[in-house]
Amino acid sequence: MSLQRKKFRYLGESLIEGNIKATASLAIVVIFLILFFILRESLPIFFNPEVQQEITFRHFFSGIQWQPVSDNPRFSLWPIILGSLKVTLIALLFAVPVAVAAALYSSEFAGGRLKELIKPGVELLAGIPSVVLGFFALVVMASFLKDLFGWQIRLNAINAGLALGFAVIPAIYSLAEDAINAVPKSFREAALGLGATPWQSATKVVLPAALPGVSAAVLFGMGRAVGETMVVLMAAGNAPLFSFNPLESTRTMTATIAAELGEVVFGSGHYHALFFIGLVLFAVTFAINLASHALFEGLMTRLYGARK
Amino acid sequence: METKHNRLEIRDFSLYYHRTKALEDISMSIPEQKVTAIIGPSGCGKSTLLRSINRMNELIDGVAVEGEIRLDGEDIYGRNIDVVELRRKVGMVFQRPNPFPKSIFENVAFGVRMGENGRAKDNLDQVVESSLKEAAIWDEVKDRLHRSAMELSGGQQQRVCIARALAVEPEVILMDEPASALDPIATAKIEELIFRLKEKYTIVIVTHNMQQAARVSDFTAFLMLGKLVEFGATDRMLTNPGNKLTEEYITGRFG
Repeated sequence: MSLQRKKFRYLGESLIEGNIKATASLAIVVIFLILFFILRESLPIFFNPEVQQEITFRHFFSGIQWQPVSDNPRFSLWPIILGSLKVTLIALLFAVPVAVAAALYSSEFAGGRLKELIKPGVELLAGIPSVVLGFFALVVMASFLKDLFGWQIRLNAINAGLALGFAVIPAIYSLAEDAINAVPKSFREAALGLGATPWQSATKVVLPAALPGVSAAVLFGMGRAVGETMVVLMAAGNAPLFSFNPLESTRTMTATIAAELGEVVFGSGHYHALFFIGLVLFAVTFAINLASHALFEGLMTRLYGARK
Repeated sequence: METKHNRLEIRDFSLYYHRTKALEDISMSIPEQKVTAIIGPSGCGKSTLLRSINRMNELIDGVAVEGEIRLDGEDIYGRNIDVVELRRKVGMVFQRPNPFPKSIFENVAFGVRMGENGRAKDNLDQVVESSLKEAAIWDEVKDRLHRSAMELSGGQQQRVCIARALAVEPEVILMDEPASALDPIATAKIEELIFRLKEKYTIVIVTHNMQQAARVSDFTAFLMLGKLVEFGATDRMLTNPGNKLTEEYITGRFG
């Protein structure tokens, strides 16, 4: 038998391989094109003298007012950055405990039938269009909460945060559940074999062992919360106030872009400012992803030892 | 051979997995401070029998049992038995080393921390040290107690797992092929350890390795197709088996 390679023997395989490579690269190319586009639309603020007569970088960080269409326009990003932070924080405070507890319950305690009901059930939540969630928060939940707690302002950061929480629960739940499920059965057996109760096994062994994945899930949820638009646009009251009070109306970066980009004069300072907000959002999301990755690796090393 | 008090009594014990009978009418006595080996071909139910002694089989759906297993006279399948307490008295070492992704110290301290009040937790350092010493791993890990146990070699991990079981102060230790995932040197260390541990503990070990049974055990139970074929002193059984099947198995005619 000859060891000589026959012509075209691997042709099929290399075609498939090339195809997959092209598809994968396409995703990266698209991301870079988006980044390029946002950069192109926001950078005139730094370099174009004509635009700079209207707005410069300094405007974004001086003052505390976002009033882009008044006689004396102000472009401070602080109120909407604060708004995004406030709403995201409230959403996570609500969504993380609920989602992680649900994930722990369905993977550690729920019996076969119930488990098969919970997982698709929660994941179905992800299928609710965010405009429907926003509508619900705007019309039903806000009034209910206002009456319940006697709030002055119906549409406020807590209302928007809770609605946003509902929007990110499925994502956090789904990833956290996968992480918890991936914990080897042998850890549970070892824990129970040492006389731990099922609750101790779940909270002291399984959840800590899944911590790298669970924390990645939480940060993924955070990225989602920062980027979510429709829910906050509808439920937050949309007033760009610089206020730490969660009971006042607020507005996020995403909602600002969504609300104003449709009516802005193309090429105006305001137009470029909106793209600059997009750039900030892009950077924030990117930073969260990096942090998520670093946290995952760090925890993996601490728990499972340095990889050989 | 002198016989001591019987720590475990298995009486007419059967186990069903859904409708299948996995163990059938097994009766045997396991004496204290001896090593009892359970041998038999793959799938004969030896692990199942072992896991019945600390009720680990209950983690699997569709398992039902008949008959009784008595620990110091008390039926562990009785109505008011606290299975958590049972497992603190009957420790277990698994086939594959399964340390928790925690530090070596936290692994060994785990069982003590989980105890209801247990012994005073302030002498935890001492408990960890003496357990690691008892498991003959102290010298190798004493300088890295707070590093992850997952960084150790397989043989070291298994001894940490044994230390972890010892820290709870069990009376009986169940070992499910504890050396089958280890190399010969690590295996020899574990066997030496088993030999020393029987001074204090009652040990039941499942093994598929006849030589290992001969080296470490005082008594041997031979199981086949869920039935106990023969039970007796290891020396006698391996040199002069009383049953044709036992003889065929230990001479390697089937496996």
